[in-house]
Amino acid sequence: MKKAKKQEEEFNEELLLKPLPDRKVLAHFHFRSSASLSTSNGGHHHLFPKAISQLVQKFRVKEMELSFTQGRWNYESWGGFDPIPSSNAKPPGVELWAVFDVPQHQIDASWQNLTHTLSGLFCASINFLESTTTYSAPEWSFPPASGNLRYGTLPREAVCTENLTPWLKLLPCRDKAGIAVLLDRPSIYRGFYHSQRLHLTSTGSGSEGMVSGIILEQTLTVVLQPNSQRAGMAYASERHIQPSWSLTSIFGKQVSGTCVLAKSSNVYLLLDRGLVAELEHLHKENEKSAENGFTSQNFWTKPSFELSADPDRIFIEENSLHSKGSSVLYKFQVEKYSESEPFDLSLTWKIPVVWLSQQAPLHASRFLMGSGNERGAIAISLKSTQLSEGFMGANADDERCDLQVNVFQVVPWYVKVYFHSLQVFVNQQPKAISDIIEKIHVSPSKDKVSPGVMEMVLKLPCKVNSAALTIEFDKGFLHIDEYPPDANQGFDIPSAIISFPNFHASMIFLKDDSVNKSPLLSKFQEKSPVMSYTEALLVPLTTPDFSMPYNVITITCTVFALYFGSLLNVLRRRVAEEERFLKEKAAKKTGRLSLLLSKLSAKLRGRQWEPPSSPPASSSFINAKLVFKVILVAGLAVGWQYFFS
Amino acid sequence: MLANQHVLEGNRLVNDLTSSNLKSSETGIESQRIIARYMLDLGAEASIHKFHRQLNHFHPLHFFSSPDSGIIEENYSCSSYGINTVGIIRAPRGDGKEAIVLVTPYNALKSGLGEALSIGIAYSVFSLLSQVTWLAKDIIWLVADSRYGEYAAVSAWLRDYQTPKFSSLSTLDAEMCPDIDNLYDLKVNSITGSKFSSSFKRAGTMAAALVLKVRNKSDQFEDTISIYAEASNGQMPNLDLINVVNYLAVHRQGLHVKVEKLWSLLNSSWLKILGEIFESLGKVAKSLNPKWKFGITATEYVEGTATLASSLYYQALGLPTGPHGAFRDYQIDAITLEILPKFSSDKVRHSDILLRGGRLIEGVIRSVNNLLEKFHQSFFLYLLTSPSKFVSVGVYMIAFALLIAPLPIVAASLYVDASSLGNCSKSDKSTPSASLDTDEHSITIGSWMWLNSAKLVFLVHLWGAIVSLIPYVICQIPDCTPTTSFMIWVLLSMLSFLTLYSVLASPLSCAKASQEKEWALVKSVTISSVFIGLGLMSVINFATAEIGALLMVPMCLLARPLKLDVRAGTLRSFSRMIGNLVLGLIAFPPAAFFLLKGMLDGFGSVNVGAFWIWVESLWAWNSATYLFIGMVHLPCWVLCIHILLHTC
Repeated sequence: MKKAKKQEEEFNEELLLKPLPDRKVLAHFHFRSSASLSTSNGGHHHLFPKAISQLVQKFRVKEMELSFTQGRWNYESWGGFDPIPSSNAKPPGVELWAVFDVPQHQIDASWQNLTHTLSGLFCASINFLESTTTYSAPEWSFPPASGNLRYGTLPREAVCTENLTPWLKLLPCRDKAGIAVLLDRPSIYRGFYHSQRLHLTSTGSGSEGMVSGIILEQTLTVVLQPNSQRAGMAYASERHIQPSWSLTSIFGKQVSGTCVLAKSSNVYLLLDRGLVAELEHLHKENEKSAENGFTSQNFWTKPSFELSADPDRIFIEENSLHSKGSSVLYKFQVEKYSESEPFDLSLTWKIPVVWLSQQAPLHASRFLMGSGNERGAIAISLKSTQLSEGFMGANADDERCDLQVNVFQVVPWYVKVYFHSLQVFVNQQPKAISDIIEKIHVSPSKDKVSPGVMEMVLKLPCKVNSAALTIEFDKGFLHIDEYPPDANQGFDIPSAIISFPNFHASMIFLKDDSVNKSPLLSKFQEKSPVMSYTEALLVPLTTPDFSMPYNVITITCTVFALYFGSLLNVLRRRVAEEERFLKEKAAKKTGRLSLLLSKLSAKLRGRQWEPPSSPPASSSFINAKLVFKVILVAGLAVGWQYFFS
Repeated sequence: MLANQHVLEGNRLVNDLTSSNLKSSETGIESQRIIARYMLDLGAEASIHKFHRQLNHFHPLHFFSSPDSGIIEENYSCSSYGINTVGIIRAPRGDGKEAIVLVTPYNALKSGLGEALSIGIAYSVFSLLSQVTWLAKDIIWLVADSRYGEYAAVSAWLRDYQTPKFSSLSTLDAEMCPDIDNLYDLKVNSITGSKFSSSFKRAGTMAAALVLKVRNKSDQFEDTISIYAEASNGQMPNLDLINVVNYLAVHRQGLHVKVEKLWSLLNSSWLKILGEIFESLGKVAKSLNPKWKFGITATEYVEGTATLASSLYYQALGLPTGPHGAFRDYQIDAITLEILPKFSSDKVRHSDILLRGGRLIEGVIRSVNNLLEKFHQSFFLYLLTSPSKFVSVGVYMIAFALLIAPLPIVAASLYVDASSLGNCSKSDKSTPSASLDTDEHSITIGSWMWLNSAKLVFLVHLWGAIVSLIPYVICQIPDCTPTTSFMIWVLLSMLSFLTLYSVLASPLSCAKASQEKEWALVKSVTISSVFIGLGLMSVINFATAEIGALLMVPMCLLARPLKLDVRAGTLRSFSRMIGNLVLGLIAFPPAAFFLLKGMLDGFGSVNVGAFWIWVESLWAWNSATYLFIGMVHLPCWVLCIHILLHTC
């Protein structure tokens, strides 16, 4: 990768298409721009986005990767061993990691500034990664391991076109010309998986750590369903044939030329190992029956499917360690096509074919155990994929054959993990931790300061069938203003990373100039460990009743009002004066009618009439009379109403 | 929207299932295989889940334990297997953190058309959901093998989902049972590339669950859906879930929704009269002011009361009314929907049921799917009076509070009376020349008099605890009919009572003077203990506390030695005596049970063993009602009887 000589700026655009076993198509866009950072131009570039170069220079970023993902990579049917899944399958939401070339004490500050810059650049809430509770510093389990690494994820970040547009702005032709024309928003967001990634590498020139060159790789991986599938479902005979597709049918657009600024502009079609093996098998059967001898040379030019355009080159994977055959790559150069004759690759299957993608040695899944709001447990279960037996068979005969698995897991602080409760089960038998875990690094979480980080190296026997790790946790309580807006949904635990350092996801093609020229193919040849992400988890925590403060305020105000009202009333009232006032009033009001009535009632009761002796009594009598009057009137009204309706 | 095409697919599955039934495969593995194949055809992940039948054993130490601590039994055999089939649709653009569960119980051994139809409905919804793009949560479809009961299958699956065991001591694998092996040759589906797996598949935190059943034989005149919501210990799912189902069923699909009612109440004349009074009152009020709308019709009133009574009864029982109860144990909102189709047998009706039921399920799933948060906004504590009406906790707690409010007041007044009476009698007897010293002594004795009664009350409660533990011993006796078990229980209880009484409670050798007021003190302490018991129970299971309070509060308040009443001889004391006797009879738990059962089902079907069976179901389901009866209600009744028979 090191570009020793002073290079001019370069831009390459490539697209890789790959049929997937479950009737879907993978499209992987790969754009690479590189620039040398010299002060000769005064910090200006021809092609390279200036924002990125400024960012690299300012924060001294050595390597950085930012990915926006929607949907999940289906490791079981889309494969987990090839370079594409192991470097492009990302957890849902935003993932950001960066390596800095600054002294230890400045790293956190650089990271925080970087998150804010990226947040502005990509219209995303990456700035939430600023808080120390959201990012962590893995020591060695994350593959580009280095002490200056910071890693953070936002599992709940929604990905949309507003994140894609700034990403496209970094390309010299945007989506106006070249392969990027295919990026039709409705079709790429209709897919089953959508991951947009930005990878930065800067190469220092040694002295004073000055940045001399930057390589910016922008990839977009989408998994799409060809449209023709539904129509074909009706016919039973067609159901077994994989759907045929073309660029127009999956993207609704076609390539009408290259981006003129691009140095190379290629489209590749990749048939993975399983598919090739299956095709070869079918081919052999055909050969037996038909006896018309294809040689292995023209097998690839007359395969069981039809391409609308002739490939310019065919690459066959050179060294397949695996029994499974080797993958085949067709190369199409877009330069040959123009506005009048647009490039529209289409693939039509002729015979039904069923294959399986190559899996990572172990399939990892993670889930929560337990119920209730008090405690729970996280379990990581690793299941052997039977397919891996083939390439593990070579060294499986040894007595001590180990399969190394690295686990990296970040847990937010409110999920209080008890690291002593770690349990390991291999083949459904509990094992001592020291037997299985070779190396472990734990940094416990600090409340409201930092998340808990667990890094582990597991040594499992090669013939392992299943393994499981469980670790218990208590659910913590948050302060009321620490709850996110949708607190009742639950809280996310970001994906764990499972990597297999003994296995390298690489495809080595025949040594050729053209392979080295293509950034995508040279990327494939890099030896990177197989990696997979587990599911993000959702932990329901206790949430307070958020309307409670309102209720409390209301009831407190009511109580205060009652208290102060009555207190003031008592303080202000002069009792004696009031009584005197009432007396006067009563004396005035005892008219003749009341006297008559009281006399009458006294007669009716057969007692001697007493004149109203005490004014309070008479006042109560008046009140009773008033009430009586009111009732009488109301009764009359009721009767009136009832009678006339 | 669920279209005819999905209904056709559902119908195809129904036909396949019913025809495979005709072939009568012995283990029913064939139908499981058909269902799994259909799931795979849709591109869903299909897997099977094997489980063992777990018998409910009463174990006193495990009473309050969480459902995960199931006792592992070693000697499983192939015959005691159940096989659940699970299909999962992953939301295409979702992050897989949440899931919605759809359960259809299915007994492959003897399934009727109803069960096949419920699977058909679920399948047509499933086939729709495998194509839609709006899915944000994964969908799990569980075909629960209900050969050992619907609840057992669902709870076994949930147990393995929530609290799996990684170290399996019981080494029984699929290899040992040849039937299950047959399932594995399903392998990979060539069309969709989806795989069949025998390992347990998971999909995130469950947001809500729906259990779907279709009853085949029904005599309804219109398509009806009945909703069952009660889980163990009277827990209810969030009211919003019931509201969603009710709204969609009534306003979208035109189905008739009902919840369980006490049918015998519908014909009771006094309720009708009460309802008519309310109706006429409401009419008068409406004629006065058209804006006053508190009047309800008599039939509505009667139906509401019947529904409320049944809601109260099922909550008080503390037993789940369907497989949805298993979900509530893990704090997942779930209800059971039972579709009762209009009586008909032609095929057209089937597709109509599939269409309407499917659209209802689709609507509910879509509503839950669109929720960002789990259900939390609405009520969890309520009693239903109709599918769309309810009584919330804020309303029904008032009635209960008013019911038990007199208890502490009466207890306090009795205590004060008894102690002052004691002092008075003492001071009357003692000569005026008695020194102040003895007077003070008597006061201290008098103020500690209640300890004696408290001891008695405590002992009776201890006896109650012993009585509620006895069934554990009786269970160990093999081959016991319910009647004999009940008899043994009664005998052992009485024996233990007599032993306790003779050993511990004999020193009732207080002075004659203190005996006069002793009953008052006992009553006071009893009432306070009942108050505490009811208050605690109202937190655990309100309905139980409510029904218990209805029986116990009048009994406690009225209790008075019969001798005193006989001595008084007035009409008032005589009627009180009669009331005491009747209450003493009714409030005895078995008597109350038999009376209630007789009133509901007719007295012909009542036998002694029924009570044992009822109690057995209570402790088998870890119902707190059992503890309440054993440790609050029964001691209270014994103490009241003690007061009634007091010699003073």
